[in-house]
Amino acid sequence: MLRRIRRILATCFFAAVTLLFLDFTGTVHAWLGWTAKIQFLPALLALNAGIIAMLVLLTLLFGRVYCSVICPLGVFQDAVSWISGRRKKKKYRFSYSPAKSLLRYTVLIVFAVAVIAGIGSFVALLAPYSAYGRIVQNLFAPLWGWGNNLLAYFAERADSYAFYETDVWLRSLPTFLIALLTFAVLIVLAWRNGRTYCNTVCPVGTILSFFSRYALFRPTIDARKCRNCSLCERRCKAACIDSKQHAIDYSRCVVCMDCLEVCKHDALHYEFRFRSHGKASAKSEPPRTETAGSTKADITRRRFLLGTGALVGTALVHAQEKKVDGGLAVIEKKSVPQRQTPIVPPGAVSIRHLARHCTACQLCVSVCPNGVLRPSADPLRLMQPESSYERGYCRPECTKCSEVCPAGAFHPVTTAEKSAIQVGHAVWIRENCVVLTDGVSCGNCARHCPTGAIQMVPSDPSDPQSPQIPAVDTSRCIGCGACENLCPARPFSAIYVEGHEVHSEI
Amino acid sequence: MKTGKEKTTLSRRDFFKVAGAAGASIAGLSACRNGETSSAAAADETHAGTGEMTYRTSPTTGDRVSLLGFGMMRLPSVGGRSAREGNDAIDQEMVNALVDHALAHGVNYFDTSPAYCQGLSERATGIALSRHPRDSYFIATKLSNFAPSTWSREASMAMYRNSFRELQVDRIDYLLLHGIGMGGGMEEFEARYIRNGMLDFLLEERRAGRIRNLGFSYHGDIRVFDRLLAQHDRYKWDFVQIQLNYLDWKYAKQINPRNTDAEYLYGELASRGIPAIIMEPLLGGRLSNVPQNIAAQFKQREPEQSIASWAFRFAGSFPCVLTVLSGMTRMEHLQDNLRTYSPLQPLSEEEFAFLQRMATMMMQFDTIPCNDCKYCMPCPYGLDIPAILLHYNKCLNEGNVPVSAQDENYRKARRAYLIGYDRSVPKLRQASHCIGCNQCSPHCPQGIDIPKELQRIDRYVEQLKQETL
Repeated sequence: MLRRIRRILATCFFAAVTLLFLDFTGTVHAWLGWTAKIQFLPALLALNAGIIAMLVLLTLLFGRVYCSVICPLGVFQDAVSWISGRRKKKKYRFSYSPAKSLLRYTVLIVFAVAVIAGIGSFVALLAPYSAYGRIVQNLFAPLWGWGNNLLAYFAERADSYAFYETDVWLRSLPTFLIALLTFAVLIVLAWRNGRTYCNTVCPVGTILSFFSRYALFRPTIDARKCRNCSLCERRCKAACIDSKQHAIDYSRCVVCMDCLEVCKHDALHYEFRFRSHGKASAKSEPPRTETAGSTKADITRRRFLLGTGALVGTALVHAQEKKVDGGLAVIEKKSVPQRQTPIVPPGAVSIRHLARHCTACQLCVSVCPNGVLRPSADPLRLMQPESSYERGYCRPECTKCSEVCPAGAFHPVTTAEKSAIQVGHAVWIRENCVVLTDGVSCGNCARHCPTGAIQMVPSDPSDPQSPQIPAVDTSRCIGCGACENLCPARPFSAIYVEGHEVHSEI
Repeated sequence: MKTGKEKTTLSRRDFFKVAGAAGASIAGLSACRNGETSSAAAADETHAGTGEMTYRTSPTTGDRVSLLGFGMMRLPSVGGRSAREGNDAIDQEMVNALVDHALAHGVNYFDTSPAYCQGLSERATGIALSRHPRDSYFIATKLSNFAPSTWSREASMAMYRNSFRELQVDRIDYLLLHGIGMGGGMEEFEARYIRNGMLDFLLEERRAGRIRNLGFSYHGDIRVFDRLLAQHDRYKWDFVQIQLNYLDWKYAKQINPRNTDAEYLYGELASRGIPAIIMEPLLGGRLSNVPQNIAAQFKQREPEQSIASWAFRFAGSFPCVLTVLSGMTRMEHLQDNLRTYSPLQPLSEEEFAFLQRMATMMMQFDTIPCNDCKYCMPCPYGLDIPAILLHYNKCLNEGNVPVSAQDENYRKARRAYLIGYDRSVPKLRQASHCIGCNQCSPHCPQGIDIPKELQRIDRYVEQLKQETL
């Protein structure tokens, strides 16, 4: 019964969090956004004391139910392990192993140092919720998108507006590879040994283990009834039941309740800690020295995405003389300009603030409807979001990223506030401007500037009739990128946005 | 009716005097020439109800031309959807099938140009027609020397000679000066046909028999049209191609001051006995894709006839019309038009008045007069101009262009407009990318101020997206 409740709840939470990352329409967040906000690390980084207190209290009461119900990565591993257990003769495939405490505490200490020092990339690598988010965003979301596009294809032919097409694109190769690696490693670990990751690496698991030791309710073995059949031990995916000693390591138990149902002698019960019948011992294993290969990913892989653009020449599509009718001109793809300072969206306050709070879960990247956000390839901010405007720009009506962020890396902003937050400023590049290269009138940047920061002025000050070029009033520019995105110059825009370290208001 | 110059426009009453209002099936071209009725023409016109194509006879060469002419401007592409979306190649097999079907059902006039379908229409037409006896069809093509680099005598001559090669013929039945009055008006006309001696050359070619009929098509500056007609005695035009339909009959000038009402154009030709060839009888499909309340009125009268058939009957009912061109992309278009003209049921006086009322109703809709001819394309900055304008028109007709967030169907209409926009036009080819270089507008036969319209649509889309309506 308890096991069934756990499984139903876990499925619900898992589906909800997964949907958050898959949904690109922005409708799910209104209903299920809270499932991301109650995740431990995001709440910790958001300094959301209420949530943290609630989770600690939950653990003190019932043990690590967080790990088996709320954490999507934990449920994901349970699912993999369950499938593995469906094979013949593999149902009872686990065995007790002592806690690898040195590894756990070392990882936790390093993790804590990384959080305090603001080394976001390391934090992001280990955080369970973020790791899961990355897997969904990079591996599952494309399938979801393609499935949707297929439906949109049929909807279009049925003259229905129920589905619309969405772009499926690789936002960052390093992040994709890290997600792929995490996915593969976790599947192998969970397939063979169940909750290995949760009890050796996961910093959240280690933190919660401090509290779960003293949980008021917990599974206990009644030594008087136990016949030492060891079924429970072999069924425990956390490898924390020592059936010979009738002991359970509560620091590692994720209260999955699997053991309760396998006991044929009614010796296992989930019950109140201080219930007085018999002596249920709960011994914690002392730390042992043991080294295990850490799953630290190579973070030197970087920058090569940024660099590719620079090699492409500044060839521009020149207007051909039109002799025949019809046809579409080929449109060259935009390249990412070399920005001295990266751009982060409104609400991030500053690059440092974002780096300090972001767990790189990719939720904002998933929901950005304009193709602006993508994971950074900078080793210090690896996988944390940054803006670029080749596919779209930060549109005035959208505040999605600030709405969904569970970690407080983006403060919530309204569209009105956003229209006055300066995240960068536009820079004009004379050599690329079509007014001068193609000899046409343009002004598309000025026409689309939401703050009126761009004026068209004569290119020759002495001749008011000369072709008009854009002039940027940086004090009014908010860095939304409308000008950069809509500039006709390709592959490099004649106007691009340079980011600001700290955002300001105009 | 006299050929006298005192009549400059053909009034509605005259039209019915000539066409025969009481259901009589005479609509011969001969009727507009001094009242003569050639026996051959009369015989051609008496097939009412037998399911045979209506024919008209050219007064200068005696060509017996089908009232339905095949326009080769909107040929199907292999992409399957309508003609020239994207850069797909022409679907030659489909073109062959369309041409075969048309010929088998009496269509014998095929109109192309070196500019159509990215310059590939002539070749496709040649391939399809060369599979049939040369005397079973008439070929019309044009001297489409729009680009300044083709204004020279050599370049124009090369274009003319190339048409023979592409079409695989040694004579051209109908040759047109293409789109006189477009772009730079009189000055451009002088440069394209007079100063380089091309018009004199073409007259020479007609004498030599390599051109059997010489005429011109007209858009834009009316002074060029008037000048060429004033010199009719000198040039002896065999035909003139004009834009005529029930919307342009009295409203062309109101839609765009640069254009001229079809009533005037037709009247000028009829008074001189010059056969008129009709283009844009359907306004690129706009007259078959009408607002819903107007469609209902058509259907109430003739539930079994297509809405397009009204437009074709309108154009075909004028006695001085030699043929009515239709750019038929799909077999269904062809079949529907064959039904309409096999034989033609001329409009009654009451029906004529009804179409004028419908035109008046249509004028209340703010549709953009784009006929999807793609003369503006390719846009050097990659925009799909006709697709943007047509999507706007489509939404307007379907009631999906909300004027305020308070509109009853605002949510639904906004979704239909924005999702449909992304479907019809890829993001990179949408109106937001129009830089206003204005290289397109001079090419527009309808005289649309394209950048102005695109930027207006872009502002509207922004209002929809930002919900600031």
